[in-house]
Amino acid sequence: MAETQEKIVYQRPHSLAPVVTNYCPGCTHGIVNRLVAEVIDELGIEGETIGVSPVGCSVMMYNFYNCDFLEAAHGRAPAVATGVKRVHPDKVVFAYQGDGDLASIGMAETVHAATRGEKITVIFINNAIYGMTGGQMAPTSLPNQVTQTSPYGRDVSTAGYPVRVCELLSSLDGVAYLERVCVDSPKNIRKAKKAIKRAFQNQIDGVGYSLVEVVSTCPTNWGMTPTDAFEWMRNNMLPYYPLGVYRDVVADGFANAAEAAAARAAECPIAMAQNPQLDEIHAANAARVEGGDR
Amino acid sequence: MEEMRVVFAGFGGQGLLFAGKVVAYAGLLDEHEVSWLPSYGPEMRGGTANCSVTVSDEPIGSPLIMNPNVLIAMNNPSLIKFESEVTPGGKIFIDTSLINREPERDDCQVYALEATNMAEEAGLKGLANIVLVGKMLKETGFCSFETIEAAIRKTVPPRKAALIEKNIEALKLGMNA
Amino acid sequence: MSEKVLMKGNEAIAESAIRAGCRFFFGYPITPQTELAAYMAKRMPKEGGTYLQAESEVAAINMVYGAAAAGARVMTSSSSPGVSLKSEGVSYIAGADLPCLIINIERGGPGLGSIQPSQSDYWQATRALGHGDFQMVVYAPATVQEMADVAYGAFDIADKYRTPVMILGDGMLGQMMEPVELPERKTDLPEKPWATTGHGNVRQKNIANSLYLDAEELEKSNIARYERYDQIKANEQRAELVDCDDADIIIVAFGASSRIARSAVRAAREEGIKAGLFRPITLWPFPVDALEATKAHAKAYLSVEMNMGQMVDDVRLVVRDAAPVDFYGRVGGVIPTPAEVLNKIRQINEGLGE
Repeated sequence: MAETQEKIVYQRPHSLAPVVTNYCPGCTHGIVNRLVAEVIDELGIEGETIGVSPVGCSVMMYNFYNCDFLEAAHGRAPAVATGVKRVHPDKVVFAYQGDGDLASIGMAETVHAATRGEKITVIFINNAIYGMTGGQMAPTSLPNQVTQTSPYGRDVSTAGYPVRVCELLSSLDGVAYLERVCVDSPKNIRKAKKAIKRAFQNQIDGVGYSLVEVVSTCPTNWGMTPTDAFEWMRNNMLPYYPLGVYRDVVADGFANAAEAAAARAAECPIAMAQNPQLDEIHAANAARVEGGDR
Repeated sequence: MEEMRVVFAGFGGQGLLFAGKVVAYAGLLDEHEVSWLPSYGPEMRGGTANCSVTVSDEPIGSPLIMNPNVLIAMNNPSLIKFESEVTPGGKIFIDTSLINREPERDDCQVYALEATNMAEEAGLKGLANIVLVGKMLKETGFCSFETIEAAIRKTVPPRKAALIEKNIEALKLGMNA
Repeated sequence: MSEKVLMKGNEAIAESAIRAGCRFFFGYPITPQTELAAYMAKRMPKEGGTYLQAESEVAAINMVYGAAAAGARVMTSSSSPGVSLKSEGVSYIAGADLPCLIINIERGGPGLGSIQPSQSDYWQATRALGHGDFQMVVYAPATVQEMADVAYGAFDIADKYRTPVMILGDGMLGQMMEPVELPERKTDLPEKPWATTGHGNVRQKNIANSLYLDAEELEKSNIARYERYDQIKANEQRAELVDCDDADIIIVAFGASSRIARSAVRAAREEGIKAGLFRPITLWPFPVDALEATKAHAKAYLSVEMNMGQMVDDVRLVVRDAAPVDFYGRVGGVIPTPAEVLNKIRQINEGLGE
């Protein structure tokens, strides 16, 4: 009998816990959860990573990962992540949020964490609907999209227009990297993973705030099969939310978000002024970190 | 000592809160109980400003003074507002450079001096507040000159240390008035 | 012993918190707590700490949640309307058993109210700041020195019982200056093996969470928390009693109004009225045991507050039928005068003679 050599081609990432998730069949959360775990494994940072889960379908994420985790109030994940990151600037902190959490109730936290240039990584799942509460209109629901709370289709004359998060955040100086991806095919999944890895690597390198928006589906609340849902997403969501890189300060030739911001403010005297007092404080605090006094 | 309850009142920018702090610090240095309470809020923006300073040997109850035995008034509205609250036998100090009416109380001692003009003529613009503190010290004797001088050194912030001597000059000006 | 200095109550809390090892402050501007945040903005960067002006009160308390879970000594400060905004976050902090310090320098309410001193958040602070079954330790200092002292000790209590702690002050105490002797810097801070610091591949993962979808699990967690509350009630009640030993009339007052009550009690004694001051320093746990002991001789109680009558409920719960419990209060930012309180004491005293 010929000897067979065993070769592992696919296995559960170490940072992903061997538990059953609460996600529906065909839901993209499962794919994206796994991609994040693969990235954590590949970067070898499970022991240094602290995750923040939102309120929404991914609320139980703290059970799905093997790294330290916090569960945040609805919309507050960027603020919670800020608190953790300020205490442990050398650790990797990521927030994982859906569209209602990130772009509706938590919009202020999102915008301000971004403009502060918090060195955190945000994974944003945009499936144009509130999943956990049973299919209500989201800030990213499309015009005429039928949901439980837009039963005749989203009426833009009364409900207004969807929020394009990457476009909105791209104007902010604290932001280092924004990319919109989707996970409807092996090719796109590979691209999404690459983007997620960049968003984590940026944090490790201190480049600035990074967010990856994953245009997703909700077969259950959209009332479609998973494949029909992807088809609907490709036909309707991608024209409204085009895939691509919306900001990348490194590709633009800057070392980090701060350098890009300075270039943009070059004509503003006060923004470009020397500040010896702050220089002194920064130097003293750098010395503290060096001396392990923090 | 008998409890001293001073109300400093005038316009924002006249240094009334600072003058109150000097008096409170003097009380602290002499190991009395002291409290200092400012008016706060919209009044910070150039309206009327006042503060309450209590120096006592008993634990101080309300730091908000309702019945001062010393009033230092640096404008007409302050004199009108607080004059009636002064306890009989109390002392009222008014800056007549800025106040053009006579106090109505005849059961209090009134000390009138042109503090603002005096300060300006002596090259101490802006220190009429301390001129009045000097006068108040002379008339009440609530602490020694050494104590109030030390209090000024404590109260003037380090970045304005150059003003310490001028404050002491203003103090002497008031004491000799 | 360090030198006595003149400081505002707001500043004394801030400096004392830094000396207690707090290096993280998240807040949002509001009168009359402004000096506290401003002091932190000045000092924290030079201590290697973080002062962060958040985009909102809501964000600030959630940053506190994150930093507390991450194992730091952390605080926020605000005034009444801002504290209402923080209430959601405080509930999550209590639910996740995280330690932190919250300062409320109260102003008049409801709504936008006034910016003048008030004590109208007693119920909010003691009955639960936010949804769900929880309490937090609430200190009500009455002097600048005591503000410094309770701020210094609050972090130890928070860490020991893994609970949010509140200091309830008001615009008068926050803005006033008094001599204060500041405490020494703390060096040995407690280990927090439960903190979410990254497991470093050396321990099981830690989770900060208040979600329990299993009803029985949630019940268990609530019961465990209330067992800790029982310990707090047994160990942490604090009150000051002035002239209560032989008092016929006990004035119960906390914070700023206790200072006014103290003056009134002194004046009453000078008139021969046997009055005493009972001053709760902890509002939760309410100093039930010490108040209970006064029932042996007290013939009447008077609660003096800068609100429409809130703590008086707690006084009645202790006194029950043993003696009449009366109330005197001023609201909206109006500060009661010693003379008003003295009048009320005289009235009660006359009633006793009948």
